[in-house]
Amino acid sequence: MSKKFSLATLAVAATLVVACGEEKKEEAAAEQAPATTEQAAAEPAAAEPAATQEAAATPAATGGEIVVAVAGPMTGDLAAFGEQLKRGAEKAIADINAKGGVNGKQLKLEIGDDQCDPKQAVQVANDLVKKGVAFVAGHFCSGSSIPASDIYAEEGIVQITPASTNPDFTEVPASKGVKTIFRTCGRDDAQGVFAGPWLAKTYAGKKVAILDDKSAYGQGLANETAKNFEASGGTITIRDTYTAKEKDFSALISKLKDAAIDVVYIGGYHNDVGLITRQSREQGFNADIVSADALNTAEFWSISGPAGEGVRYSDGASAVNLDSAKDVVAAFRAENYEPEGYTLNSYAAIQAWAEAANKAGSVEGAKVADALRAAPIPTVLGELSFNEKGDLTKVNYAWYVWGADGKAVQEPLN
Amino acid sequence: MEWLFELFHQVNYELPKFVQFLIVGLTLGSIYGLIAIGYTMVYGIIGMINFAHGDIYMIGAFQAMIVLLICGTLGISWVPLQLLLMLVVAVALTAAYGWSVERIAYRPLRGTQRLAPLISAIGMSIFLQNYVQLVQGPRPKPVEPVISGGVTVLTRADGFVAQLGYLQIVIVLLTVALMAGFTLLITRTSLGRAQRACEQDMKMASLLGVNVDRTISLTFVMGAGLAAVAGMMVTLYWGNNDFHMGFNAGIKAFTAAVLGGIGSLPGAMLGGVLIGLIEAFWSGYFTAEYKDVAAFSILVLVLIFRPTGLLGRPEVEKV
Repeated sequence: MSKKFSLATLAVAATLVVACGEEKKEEAAAEQAPATTEQAAAEPAAAEPAATQEAAATPAATGGEIVVAVAGPMTGDLAAFGEQLKRGAEKAIADINAKGGVNGKQLKLEIGDDQCDPKQAVQVANDLVKKGVAFVAGHFCSGSSIPASDIYAEEGIVQITPASTNPDFTEVPASKGVKTIFRTCGRDDAQGVFAGPWLAKTYAGKKVAILDDKSAYGQGLANETAKNFEASGGTITIRDTYTAKEKDFSALISKLKDAAIDVVYIGGYHNDVGLITRQSREQGFNADIVSADALNTAEFWSISGPAGEGVRYSDGASAVNLDSAKDVVAAFRAENYEPEGYTLNSYAAIQAWAEAANKAGSVEGAKVADALRAAPIPTVLGELSFNEKGDLTKVNYAWYVWGADGKAVQEPLN
Repeated sequence: MEWLFELFHQVNYELPKFVQFLIVGLTLGSIYGLIAIGYTMVYGIIGMINFAHGDIYMIGAFQAMIVLLICGTLGISWVPLQLLLMLVVAVALTAAYGWSVERIAYRPLRGTQRLAPLISAIGMSIFLQNYVQLVQGPRPKPVEPVISGGVTVLTRADGFVAQLGYLQIVIVLLTVALMAGFTLLITRTSLGRAQRACEQDMKMASLLGVNVDRTISLTFVMGAGLAAVAGMMVTLYWGNNDFHMGFNAGIKAFTAAVLGGIGSLPGAMLGGVLIGLIEAFWSGYFTAEYKDVAAFSILVLVLIFRPTGLLGRPEVEKV
């Protein structure tokens, strides 16, 4: 056979590799999902033996249990966030069950692993529907939550995301009349409203670059920030994008350095922002780096190293110090786990649903959704009220700055 | 004369920026080139694309990282010794992987259909990725910088500096040294002669007493060794390894090999450097958004006008 022919087949083979690359991820995840589920099911039982025993009489009396789910990137490069969601959910379920469950029934937790891959998220959603879940806390990435929400909405399952901040997540379903979608975090436009004017004020007359990673989360955020920044009288010097999960950002950094940029705003996830930070400092580019809530994990520091000092991000004002969260935070710390990032948002999502389901006296999606909107619900995040679209009516944002000790500290609100 | 002065001034002003992108592009290109050599050597000899090669590079990066961590626990902090250990251990272990992959997945299929080893290579690639995902976990592994700092090459009037990192110097020098060594190996040693003989006609070479199996095995070993060097360099340079990193790097390096003319060693290096430079300059002067599009468009253009790549020889039909 001639080599010419084989060169032609190469192209075909290359596409094969690409296709396999995608499929393989799903397979790997599918294999891991059941494992994590079992583990998760075992964990709360082990952690709270007293609670389970105490409540054991109740389900036996009423019979049956209610299956709820938490879904997010339990594996993959954003697994740090998946763990936050899982931890929060497990704790909430254990606490609710200890208090007698929902409508007299005990809750059972299913865990879905979407690796923040939109295709995987749809699979996970279908899988959870098959398992008959009454409620889903998730997903994490906006790019996953949005496609998955179609499936939950169709089945009338209440979905509360603890972390997806893209406005479309609630905006689009609300415009179609879907009422079962909520979130316990802020929206990118709110985060943009917070970050944009701040950038314009703090860096007045300085050169500003805005980057994003082309993802639903990153791009949405960067666009909102850019819009509000310009509305407040700022001028963007460079607006560019990069590919998520890229390793080499040196050319992009040289370009920013060439334009003598003073501050870079990045809409993207912590791995990429960490690498950009580290490579910037190595190249002698010392502009301020500002990003958003995806940096809310200690993993950012392990990637950026000491270069991460001074990097700031916007996020909901920490709930860890709220009075409403005091007991739960203490319980987490007693288990040697710091409830960072979205742990409490995840806890609150389940708490809010359980509270509403108790009020409604049913786990039926439409009734719970009405109960969620009807009155403010006390959670670890304080009293949460949802508007017509399912967004929180009030979110306080704050700046967090990474210090030299590898800890992010919240700046005082003003 | 005024315009000449003006032009000189303009060039002088633009030079630091140009030099900075040159540095960045050359570094990236060296890494692509080192991986591309593995593709091109294997193709040269057995006419097959080793799709698992990108994952061999990923294995190399993980080996280097593990050696570095072990150095840390053993208290070896002298940087040259760390680098030497990383180089030796990572290259040796990764070469063993390269050898095993050939023995397990390709040799039993040699002489059968042309597509069989290709599919086997894809299978190997999937296996290696999942293996590393299972044993090392799916999260990216950060590595502390070992060599940091650099020198200022040029400074522009407005304060822009073209920075050349020490690590970038190491990467480019190591690549040049390896390339020189390899050219000597191929052109001057008996192993190189055996490789060239196998490339031209495997059956004839075996009739003349060349141990074909051994030559092919050694080719895989060398390719894997070079990929391990690339893996070690990125471990130091980017300090962020994950099980999926071989996929993108592999595609880029494969493109580099095809661009330079698959089967040609200098071609692979040239292709790698070109892809690195195109990416860097495109990001710098246009937009980082379309740098891959730019790189692949150049590939398409080159293949239209030179179907065998830049340095590839027109294929003589074997009868």
